[in-house]
Amino acid sequence: MSDTNLLTVSDLTVHRGAAKILDRVNLSIAKGETLALVGESGAGKSTIATALMQLLDGAEVEGRAELQEAGDLLSLPARQMVKLRGRRLSMIFQDAGAALNPAYTVGRQLTTTLRRNLGLTRSAAHAKAIELFTSVGINDAEARLSAFPHQLSGGMQQRVMVAIALACNPDLLLADEPTSALDVTIQAQIIRLILSLTRERGASCIFVLHDLALASQSCDRIVVLYAGQVVESGPARDVLTHHRHPYTRQLESCVVEIGRHDLVAPEGTVPPHDQMPKGCRFATRCPRALDRCAGEAPPLTPANPAKDGALDHVFACWNPE
Amino acid sequence: MNALPDPKAQAAQAPGAAVFELIEVEKTFQIRPPGRRFTRETIGLKALDGVRLRVEKGTSLALVGESGSGKSTLLRVLLGLDAPTNGRALYHGRPIRDARAHGRDFARDVAMVYQDARGSLDPRMTIEALIAEPLRHFNIVPKDQIKSRVAELLNRVGLPTDAAKRYPAGLSGGQVRRVAIARALASEPSVLVADEAVSGLDVSTQAQLLTLLRRLQQDMGLTLVFITHDLGVASFLCEEIAIMYLGRIVETGPTDAVLNAPAHPYAAALRAAAPRFFEPMPEPLPGEIPSPLDLPKGCRFSTRCPAAQPDCQTRDPQLGRFGQARAVACLHPLASPET
Ligand SMILES: Nc1ncnc2c1ncn2[C@@H]1O[C@H](COP(=O)(O)OP(=O)(O)OP(=O)(O)O)[C@@H](O)[C@H]1O
Ligand SMILES: Nc1ncnc2c1ncn2[C@@H]1O[C@H](COP(=O)(O)OP(=O)(O)OP(=O)(O)O)[C@@H](O)[C@H]1O
Ligand code: SF4
Ligand code: SF4
Ligand SMILES: [Mg+2]
Ligand SMILES: [Mg+2]
Repeated sequence: MSDTNLLTVSDLTVHRGAAKILDRVNLSIAKGETLALVGESGAGKSTIATALMQLLDGAEVEGRAELQEAGDLLSLPARQMVKLRGRRLSMIFQDAGAALNPAYTVGRQLTTTLRRNLGLTRSAAHAKAIELFTSVGINDAEARLSAFPHQLSGGMQQRVMVAIALACNPDLLLADEPTSALDVTIQAQIIRLILSLTRERGASCIFVLHDLALASQSCDRIVVLYAGQVVESGPARDVLTHHRHPYTRQLESCVVEIGRHDLVAPEGTVPPHDQMPKGCRFATRCPRALDRCAGEAPPLTPANPAKDGALDHVFACWNPE
Repeated sequence: MNALPDPKAQAAQAPGAAVFELIEVEKTFQIRPPGRRFTRETIGLKALDGVRLRVEKGTSLALVGESGSGKSTLLRVLLGLDAPTNGRALYHGRPIRDARAHGRDFARDVAMVYQDARGSLDPRMTIEALIAEPLRHFNIVPKDQIKSRVAELLNRVGLPTDAAKRYPAGLSGGQVRRVAIARALASEPSVLVADEAVSGLDVSTQAQLLTLLRRLQQDMGLTLVFITHDLGVASFLCEEIAIMYLGRIVETGPTDAVLNAPAHPYAAALRAAAPRFFEPMPEPLPGEIPSPLDLPKGCRFSTRCPAAQPDCQTRDPQLGRFGQARAVACLHPLASPET
């Protein structure tokens, strides 16, 4: 893996009791790069993001996540981690309503972050907060600062989260479905905003996205997860237009475009953790499954063996498309 | 048809055919004035401003529009959780608040999936208990069948049976969404009102829920009012669409007709902003979203409208008939009404 990687995650494994929530996840992200994590609900996308933030409760975490000039995020002492959070990496949570504290005004939550991480005075923090609110498209910034979260629409809450996350110019932004609560015009505006703010600062961004079209528009690379494992990853165009893994195809076949009325939903669900096949975890639902699939786990294989390197298109399947 | 600005056409409708009817509904929230943090004085924020809407039995309506445009507020009015400040909100011809206050029929018949699915579920209850609650409350099945009905509902929304014993905190965001839908379906409602019920779900789960909802809609005549930001979802699931901007419905009609040739410039902007594979991200609309406390003069979209003319700053367009089945609130609509 190249030196220019801002973050290199190797063999990230997360257990909750007997359940293996993540299984040897490898990924890396270069400076200034944007990466999308996609995959079925429960695949572990949020778990990856929260593990990197050391915010995972009640789980055992193994593996490494090397952040340039900081060390292994998974094993850093909590005190050091507190210092990194907000400053070097920050996260926009999936659930803005739950991530904001209902007891405090959103302005107080934002200025607290600013004062703690940037050492601003009360009035400087207030001014900066107004500036940030305006930059994420909140009108009446001054008035909205004194609003409690429940007084804001869902979309507005999410914009508050973006403002808080970008407040301290992090190198790495983890954005867990930052726009799934927003209308498409504001979604486009926020994603463009995140991309331009991160690009300006040479920062990198890991998005969790469900909208594959949006991922194709906003991310350099795509990592497809299924049941806690990476099943395919590579440059966005390769993964989406020359996918090799049957699960990636399934994802694509489920995209509902305007005017589409013929959707056929895939059968079944991800098996519960205690019934997970030993081999390929997709074997219980895969239309291309072979005899060996359920028993033998397919390794990640380069789609184009002539090229090498971790950034290339890889997939894990015995019977690829 | 859901918007009937023409009173004659409205009178021609069979009485009681509409499940919901909103007539010039206004909803004003009292908030503290901007910049005045320590005052007791309040001013009114009009979250809904003259909304007309008709939801016929067995139809499906998508509500889309700008964040903060009043979609959730409109749903709260439909559910009788908020009383309109002005105007009338009717359920089968009767004020919604009355229907809600008298008897359990309304609560059983009209089920809701909230935008914040996790927040709507008691974290101390198991999934089984959460889904059993409406079953018990409305006496849907005999006591000894509750367990098996819960299992059936879990299966119907695609959750593994072992989810029954878990708590909401032990489920992923998408799984929690499925629980909320299972709970809403438990009372065997005839109307399902859902606020972003499939947003934030992976596409396979979403496809499963969308096909499920469409099946329920077609087989059981379920009436659906569905807030979504995803125009593809609206187009797949809902025959009708209503597009909101700053407290008003600005365009409504058959979903595909509206999305194929939007007449209102805001509807056109939404259409253009929908993600498309490998296309560059669209330019956002110019200008700030106006504050609902300080609406632009004339048309409320005039500050950002690429098609604005001088008269747009002085005249406030009302939702008016546009062709056979559509209605639009614009002085200079983009498409021409099909006849
Ligand atoms: N607090 C918890 N306790 C027990 N299990 C959990 C907890 N949080 C998550 N899980 C489990 O871990 C797995 C991964 O969850 P995660 O939230 O990372 O999924 P996700 O990919 O983000 O899904 P979604 O798209 O639905 O947000 C799921 O099987 C989930 O049930
Ligand atoms: N309880 C409340 N008190 C004060 N203002 C409120 C309250 N609830 C909503 N509002 C305001 O009313 C307007 C409409 O909000 P609403 O939640 O209905 O929007 P929405 O269309 O559902 O938005 P989103 O797509 O972001 O969920 C917003 O300006 C919001 O800030
Ligand atoms: S390894 Fe087998 S079961 Fe797994 S995705 Fe490939 S073909 Fe399907
Ligand atoms: S009335 Fe004028 S400003 Fe308003 S939407 Fe129509 S063209 Fe635009
Ligand atoms: Mg998640
Ligand atoms: Mg809402």
